[in-house]
Amino acid sequence: MPSLKELSKNADLFTGGHRACSGCAGPIVIKQVLSVAGPQTIASLSTGCMEVVSTIYPYTAWNIPYIHVAFETAASALSGVEAAYQVLRRKGKVKGKWNLIAFSGDGGTYDIGFQGLSGAVERGHDFLYVCYNNEAYMNTGIQRSSATPRGAHTTTSPAGTVIPGKKQFHKNLVEVIAAHGAPYVAQAIPSNWADFTRKVRKALDTEGPTVIDILAPCPLGWRYPSNKTIEVARLAVECKFWPLYEVENGKYKLNYRPRKEVPVEEWLRLQGRFAHLFTPENEHIIKEIQEGVDRRWESLLEKCG
Amino acid sequence: MPIRALTGNEAMAEAMRQINPDVVAAYPITPATEIVQLFASFVADGCVDTEFVTVESEHSAIAACIGASGAGARVMTSTSSQGLALMHELLYVAAGLRAPIVICEVNRTLSSPINIHCDHSDTMGSREAGWIQIFAEDAQEAYDLTLQAIKISEEVLLPIMISTDAFIISHCMQRVDMLEDSEVQKFIGPYKAAYSLFDKTITIGPLDLQDYYFEHKRQEIEAMWKTAPVIEKVAQEFASKFGRSYGLFEAYKTEDAEQVIVACGSTCGTTRVVIDNLREKGIKIGLLKLYAMRPFPHQKLKEVLSKAKLITVLDRSVSMSTMGGPVYIELRSALYDAPKHPLLVDYIYGLGGRDIDMDQITDIALKGEQIIKDNKVEKPVQYVGLRE
Repeated sequence: MPSLKELSKNADLFTGGHRACSGCAGPIVIKQVLSVAGPQTIASLSTGCMEVVSTIYPYTAWNIPYIHVAFETAASALSGVEAAYQVLRRKGKVKGKWNLIAFSGDGGTYDIGFQGLSGAVERGHDFLYVCYNNEAYMNTGIQRSSATPRGAHTTTSPAGTVIPGKKQFHKNLVEVIAAHGAPYVAQAIPSNWADFTRKVRKALDTEGPTVIDILAPCPLGWRYPSNKTIEVARLAVECKFWPLYEVENGKYKLNYRPRKEVPVEEWLRLQGRFAHLFTPENEHIIKEIQEGVDRRWESLLEKCG
Repeated sequence: MPIRALTGNEAMAEAMRQINPDVVAAYPITPATEIVQLFASFVADGCVDTEFVTVESEHSAIAACIGASGAGARVMTSTSSQGLALMHELLYVAAGLRAPIVICEVNRTLSSPINIHCDHSDTMGSREAGWIQIFAEDAQEAYDLTLQAIKISEEVLLPIMISTDAFIISHCMQRVDMLEDSEVQKFIGPYKAAYSLFDKTITIGPLDLQDYYFEHKRQEIEAMWKTAPVIEKVAQEFASKFGRSYGLFEAYKTEDAEQVIVACGSTCGTTRVVIDNLREKGIKIGLLKLYAMRPFPHQKLKEVLSKAKLITVLDRSVSMSTMGGPVYIELRSALYDAPKHPLLVDYIYGLGGRDIDMDQITDIALKGEQIIKDNKVEKPVQYVGLRE
């Protein structure tokens, strides 16, 4: 794999001047993906933060062909692009190899676009689907999604006096997609660019549908200073809340094992969305979250063998 | 030219086979299922070059069609009723993105109550989505219009739906004069997309705010204005080559008619027989069969209809405005600034597939004669064949 220095020399396919918040992980994710994929790439976006900030007419941050249809259609619209690619290539109307990549937030992936993604993966279209997962509907102002972690405050799971934040644990997308029999599914983090770019390369080299779920911290929604994005991302991995692993043809592989035990509490403490948990009456939720993290970690280790 | 006995669904599927689109993304729904099924067998038997995407819903069907169209493919799909309703959000997107997609639509009512039979609620429900909408009277028209749809849509860059009536057309077999495969290909011509993701670095579907949205919407409206003459041009080309006439509407014995019945879809066939019978009795009555609901041919209709004393509209769907059915409402509006106003009356019929027969249409026509005599419409909106 090329070094970060080498990757950074590649043409800027997602330019500056877009209107993402400072510290947003979304553009970092897109840039890292495109640094590997290169210019022969078509992007399919779902409605959401990255779509809204990057294509305000008459401007576009995309130096590659791009299509956006609606909120729930990143995968289904890309299915159509891929079908066109197959037939037009057969007819000699499209030349060369193209990468087809969907970018969608957790709303467009875990929730409203889930059916479209499931269908597209089952049909076996040859594309990479990247979920930039900021764990809530950030574009509409921080509402809970099925990717929002237990206990988090969002505007639809507010930390109230009776109900202290989100009641449920988040959905495990990688497991769900792996259960479809997708040839390659992975979980990644922007703070570990080497791991992420390797996964992108691997996904693009794999025939069939591949999915990478990458945690994308959001300073606004997670309530931390905008210069801490990479630090918050790194700690999510270190505390085992967000393990780095991949599932290749059903085979699980852990890509990174934290060297020392970091309680999840340390990661929660960095983020204002969990601030209400640090009170005597809510402390039990932190314990529950830790138990949830431990349970999922053990189950993952078992699968990794 | 081959002559076949085909149902409406078979006729549309055959047209799709001969068009041989690059991509078809479709989801089955009664009563349009057969179109998708037949097309699947064409794909399985290698009769077409099409990439067939068996999506998991109509929403994904139209999303995939939009994606494929953006990628430079000639694209078709088929649906009906709830399926069209599920597509509703993206119908606007397809039109706004100026994607020339063709839907073979079968008119079926909408839930609730759930019902699989014919009325025009589904198609009429999407009449403001920016799609060209054309109604076919029978299987022959369904076939011919599907071929014309490709040319119309690709010239004006607006998506188009050709619709048949559920079961009455979709499942009834009739004689269909087909064209040779080569004639179809020659008529529609090779496809060259106006824009394609594979051709240049283009951003399709950007965020379009207060400072540009309005201008882009205006361009879409302008495209619809330009569609009426294109429908006529393509119809003329079709007629000159293959001898069957189409257009925005068909005026049958309207020249000297005092009463003109306006309808769309399969009921026009029944109505035509009634007109002939009444003409034999000396009643000056005609039929105006509406092909195009979108664009609504208001200017030409004004010319043709304002000479009559009474316009009797048969509407197979309703508007919840409580002002009648959509065809009636549009016609009333079209005739508002006509130099001479005919009287107008609307009959809502056939909701949920209830049959309408010759006796009922004759009765409507004779009531119309009385209205002309009295020069007065007592009840502008009435129901046919309904227990009240």
